[in-house]
Amino acid sequence: MSAHAILEWSVAVAELALVLAMACAAFRMLRGPRAQDRVLALDAFYVAGMTLILTFGIETGDDVYFEAALVIALMGFVATAALSKFLMRGEPIE
Amino acid sequence: MTRFFPYPFLSAFLLGMWLLLNQSLSPGHVLLGCIVGIAGSLAISTLQIPTGRVHRPLAMLRLAFIVLFDIIRSNIAVTRIILSPSRTAQSGFLSVNLDLRNEYALAILACMLTSTPGTVWVNFDSRKGVLLLHVLDLVDEQTWIDLIKTRYERLLMEIFE
Amino acid sequence: MTIPSDLPAWVAILTSVLVLLGAGLTLIGVIGLLRLKTFYARVHAPTLGTTLGIGCVLLASMLYFSAVESRPVLHEILIAIFVTITTPISLMLLVSAALRRDWTEGDPSVPRPPDLPSGDETP
Repeated sequence: MSAHAILEWSVAVAELALVLAMACAAFRMLRGPRAQDRVLALDAFYVAGMTLILTFGIETGDDVYFEAALVIALMGFVATAALSKFLMRGEPIE
Repeated sequence: MTRFFPYPFLSAFLLGMWLLLNQSLSPGHVLLGCIVGIAGSLAISTLQIPTGRVHRPLAMLRLAFIVLFDIIRSNIAVTRIILSPSRTAQSGFLSVNLDLRNEYALAILACMLTSTPGTVWVNFDSRKGVLLLHVLDLVDEQTWIDLIKTRYERLLMEIFE
Repeated sequence: MTIPSDLPAWVAILTSVLVLLGAGLTLIGVIGLLRLKTFYARVHAPTLGTTLGIGCVLLASMLYFSAVESRPVLHEILIAIFVTITTPISLMLLVSAALRRDWTEGDPSVPRPPDLPSGDETP
């Protein structure tokens, strides 16, 4: 088995693991039991999605995926921070 | 000088960010990056954030390596807790009395402790100087207190105070 | 997948190891999100993915693209800086929000949040 075949296989396995991670996070997001669990799961979902997009970038050799990952990082942080502030006092902006 | 560069580190960071995003070192991009850096730090200066001083840059580097090492170590520890089928981790809250008062040092300590898996910074009471932490593997409270006091706090006080 | 045929073998092997390690750590972190019992214990699990998990994948991406394009590709550092700054902030906000919610609902197992205004209801 050549080194290139190992790289192809391991990228495929990593993508599978990350999709599984996103599924687990989505399960926790649906199950709860409380709102803070759902927000935490959403944050983990974002991070797993960002990692998945970076591995897509390695698979295709395309630079566009990097920008998508950067945008997801920005959006994920803003979403989690706003939801946490909302949970704290019922107002996202004070 | 200070009129155009109220926050020189922020300006340098914004310039670096611009060059990395555009992936080029051409004079045009350097010029645009300088404009972004100066404009960004001037915009931030209207907030009048107090500037901090790093007394020992080398100690900062040492701190970075310590944190990297600790992150790798506690990644392994948390992985073991999650994957072991029987073990239920004894997690709990922990209060630590801190002598550190510098705001930048406290912010760095908060980021360090929270990004290390296994410890989360919950709250800091600035009047009493009591830090509230949540620890995943709270077997021995004194070990965690010693770790924070001797490994992190002393070094941060050397750097910032 | 299109791998250039002149890619050195050591780059391919190292990239595979880093990608597998990063994806594995992220998966373990999310499994912890499912397995651990209380919310405060679960907070610790996803930090595996946000520290070494994403770090390994970013290193792999930097290594692979630098080798393919035969010039240093460093812009992944931006994501690394951004993630290291933002993850602690969002986790701290979330934990203090959860603590405040639990306290005001009268959960006796959580300590009193220090920034709670005095005169609020106690458990």
